[in-house]
Amino acid sequence: MRLSGTNMFIPFLVAGDPHPDVTIDLALVLQAAGADVIELGVPYSDPLADGPIIQRASARALKQGMTLPDAIKLAGNMRKKGVKIPIIIFTYYNPVLQLGKESFFALAKENRVDGVLIPDLPFEESEPIRRLSAETGLPLISLVAPTSKERIEKIASQAQGFLYCVSSLGVTGVRDTLPEAINEFLAEVKQYSRVPVVVGFGISKSEQVQVLKEHCDGVVVGSALVQKVEELSDRLLQQETKQYALDEFRCYVEQLVAPLQEGADFCNEVRR
Amino acid sequence: MYNVPNENGRFGEFGGKFVPETLMRPLEEIERALNEALIDASFREEYMHSLREYSGRPTALTFAENITKQLNGARLYFKREDLNHTGAHKINNAIGQALLAKRMGKKKLIAETGAGQHGVAAATVAARFGMECIVFMGEEDIKRQELNVFRMKLLGAEVVPVYSGNRTLKDATNEAIRYWVQHCDDHFYMIGSVVGPHPYPKMVREFQRIIGDEAKEQFIKREGKLPDVVVACVGGGSNAIGMFYPFLEDDVELVGVEAAGKGIDTPYHAATITKGTKGVIHGSMTYLLQDEYGQITEPYSISAGLDYPGVGPEHAYLASIGRVRYESVTDEEALEAFQQLAREEGIIPAIESAHALAKAFQIARQRSKDETVLVCLSGRGDKDVQAMMTHLKGASEHAFIGN
Repeated sequence: MRLSGTNMFIPFLVAGDPHPDVTIDLALVLQAAGADVIELGVPYSDPLADGPIIQRASARALKQGMTLPDAIKLAGNMRKKGVKIPIIIFTYYNPVLQLGKESFFALAKENRVDGVLIPDLPFEESEPIRRLSAETGLPLISLVAPTSKERIEKIASQAQGFLYCVSSLGVTGVRDTLPEAINEFLAEVKQYSRVPVVVGFGISKSEQVQVLKEHCDGVVVGSALVQKVEELSDRLLQQETKQYALDEFRCYVEQLVAPLQEGADFCNEVRR
Repeated sequence: MYNVPNENGRFGEFGGKFVPETLMRPLEEIERALNEALIDASFREEYMHSLREYSGRPTALTFAENITKQLNGARLYFKREDLNHTGAHKINNAIGQALLAKRMGKKKLIAETGAGQHGVAAATVAARFGMECIVFMGEEDIKRQELNVFRMKLLGAEVVPVYSGNRTLKDATNEAIRYWVQHCDDHFYMIGSVVGPHPYPKMVREFQRIIGDEAKEQFIKREGKLPDVVVACVGGGSNAIGMFYPFLEDDVELVGVEAAGKGIDTPYHAATITKGTKGVIHGSMTYLLQDEYGQITEPYSISAGLDYPGVGPEHAYLASIGRVRYESVTDEEALEAFQQLAREEGIIPAIESAHALAKAFQIARQRSKDETVLVCLSGRGDKDVQAMMTHLKGASEHAFIGN
């Protein structure tokens, strides 16, 4: 996975919410809107790191019958439908264990997945997964948090692909403000990291993106997009209203990440 | 020598720390504080002092004279954790963790609760030690355990209803962990059982082993020897670990009893070791109830305290090395033992403990008169009386209330 390294936009979608076909459409829209990497979230019954928005989306996707192997295959289908940017599979550890660690990597490789992120697998427990990651060449994305402190060096120096900084204490969600100490935290992380440093958790406004972009190499936007998908979900599921809903989604995304991109004027075109 | 967990929190292949990165340092801090406290004589004295003076320990060892006669088998003894302040073994752990929190300078406690017993214990120690307490409880359990909700509020705790999932203990635990992730800088998460990421399973064991330590001494004094069989119920498994731990290296048969609900061949049970598979739940590698894709499934038991889809990693380990035998008891068998104990010995047990009793009665019946069986009577049944009344009225009105 080769990344541009600056002003990256990394959106997160829950696989299968509100329907697997719609997830592919949304991924294509995100690519068109300038996404650099897509994080494809695998729905889980007990998502410990997630707030209510992603919990609800996960429940909807699980109702659709989404599973870890199906989510990986969905990434493969995204490729067939024209998604060219890297796709990261975001999954909790337990589904990986049930599929089997080796099968997980084999299936991911087969479906041209570009990396994996396991939010409840801290560095100390990750040895078997890092070994498989090295064998298959699929990077395991690491996370650092504001509480990491002296752990940052150890984690950052081994990071692959990009390094995901958790913006603040807490679970995923939309936040009005981000902590003031975030710049120092990001500066410290950048000091140790050899890969691009991106920030996620809570980012939901273009003002936040504007401020953050000076201090990191990109942003992850999850709950804000998932909430938008939730809002549009009925229209996304109806053939007659789908395109309109996808346009509205693109418009929302472009405004949100406008500070990262120049010349993104899709919304204005739509308005004209 | 039995020496688990190792420094990584592993009980063999079980245990560990499967949590978001944000919690790793808070867990390391707790581990450091715990290891220091456990070798600090003044901490131990403070803990023992509270157990004695506040909780009323040591709890009694009671010979079940009437039931022993009736079963016509092994002599049966109860370790009376029901006689603790707040009515169950949960207070042992709550006192220990609150003292550790105090030592760490944290004045706000977070707890999860199913039936409400741990929530009440947490709220109680918070009141006693001048701390704030926030308790997460599934909305379904709030409905089932109205009285305990009121108790917690009376004790000054805030009870937060949890609306996710099935709205029971698993979901309350998820929400407590999420809240902790957000507030880990000034809150202490007080887990109620030997579950969760390292060092919790070890910590809760250390604060519950008082059950087995006392029982062993009392039993030898009373009978002049060790018991032949020791029985305890297992949800997360804290009373069982507390009871078993001091006997692990003795020649004593240990039996953990899981909730078979409506039967282990139906989907309605909570028999995690008997029927579960290996995986990760609430930060720990253990056995759990899940589907083939690793989604955690909903357990069922008449007992809210055993209604948990995981089990403490040390139990998973003890099962895997064959040191403890895990069996299960249905709702119906537990209900029968519940009534039998009330009628024959004048003790109304918690429905959780009634699972251990049912199995102990079965075992005692098959053993000779010179053998002995020791059961952990983990809690009293006041909290269950209302539910049992409804249940038994519906099931067999004449048998129970008729004469």
